[in-house]
Amino acid sequence: MEINEKFQEKKHHEFLTENTDFEVRSLDAVCFNESELKHPWWYNLKYAVAGILFGIILVKAEVISWFRIQEMFRLQSFHMFGVIGSAVTVGIISVWIIKKFKIKTIYNEPIEFVSKKFNKGNIYGGLIFGFGWAITGACPGPLFAQIGTGATVIVITLLSAIVGTWVYGYFREKLPH
Amino acid sequence: MFEFLKQPWPWYVAGPLIGLMVPALLLIGNKSFGISSSLRHICAACLPAKISFFKYDWKKEIWNLFFVVGILMGGFIAIQLLTTGDPIQVNPQLQAELATYGITNYNSFVPEDLFTWPSLLSVRGLVMTVAGGFLVGFGTRYAGGCTSGHAIMGLSNLQWPSLVATISFMTGGFIVANIVLPYILKL
Repeated sequence: MEINEKFQEKKHHEFLTENTDFEVRSLDAVCFNESELKHPWWYNLKYAVAGILFGIILVKAEVISWFRIQEMFRLQSFHMFGVIGSAVTVGIISVWIIKKFKIKTIYNEPIEFVSKKFNKGNIYGGLIFGFGWAITGACPGPLFAQIGTGATVIVITLLSAIVGTWVYGYFREKLPH
Repeated sequence: MFEFLKQPWPWYVAGPLIGLMVPALLLIGNKSFGISSSLRHICAACLPAKISFFKYDWKKEIWNLFFVVGILMGGFIAIQLLTTGDPIQVNPQLQAELATYGITNYNSFVPEDLFTWPSLLSVRGLVMTVAGGFLVGFGTRYAGGCTSGHAIMGLSNLQWPSLVATISFMTGGFIVANIVLPYILKL
């Protein structure tokens, strides 16, 4: 009995920290932060507001433009490198400040960071995504923003991306990681 | 002020604002910035098909779906209220190259010479829209994240696998944009 409990505890700990199992949330740090608090659904509206702001920024920075992505991959403009570089710089400083001063969320919960574990998918998948990015001129965020700007045919690109995600899930165990 | 908002924003304004999404999402609910996982949640919600990768409680991650719907709405608001309607200014070299493939319309972010409903009937349009989208969805999930999850959130948290992923994104993009895409555009 005691052994079983210990096993459960160990498993749970691995689930939270190691992030290597091939079951549920593995390889996806993005899906990881889980609040202990239970909120009504409309608390999620604040993420919609954050999304609206992000969507506006993506459009105004022209990073949702197929042309800007082509310029980037042909080294014909500094714009995209400037956007990504300065975004990462601000992100690094922000995360550093949050860790340094142990800043909490607005609900007074400690902010958690999850380490990403390397697997070969970071390379293979990364290359495949890069191929697609150069063709569509959009990563997932801009796909949504592009549809919002009235390019309704991008719904097809988005559906195709969802199918791609599904097919990955289907063949996942057969792929090298 | 409003006139400034209507102009395209320079990188040193837009980039830092994008970077601020990282602490914003952490502070308002302990969420790691990332977008491609929304595609996974949609799979889990619509067609999990007993695939273990999609068997999880997607409702716990519903914030991510609110976030992407917000992005779509933000795109709508920006294009309706915050644009001058001027054509996009691109490098003349790129303009000259694209002209040889019949791409001359710079009025929208998504080139109307490439991505329209009728273009789906052409080989070029079909390959770029459908195959391109597939590679984005398959690749981001295989890589465990996209430009937001790896290049911005991962690098902000100094995760070296995210650096590997980001370098891979860029390498893949450079190869296809410079070597493969010209053949696709000729279709």
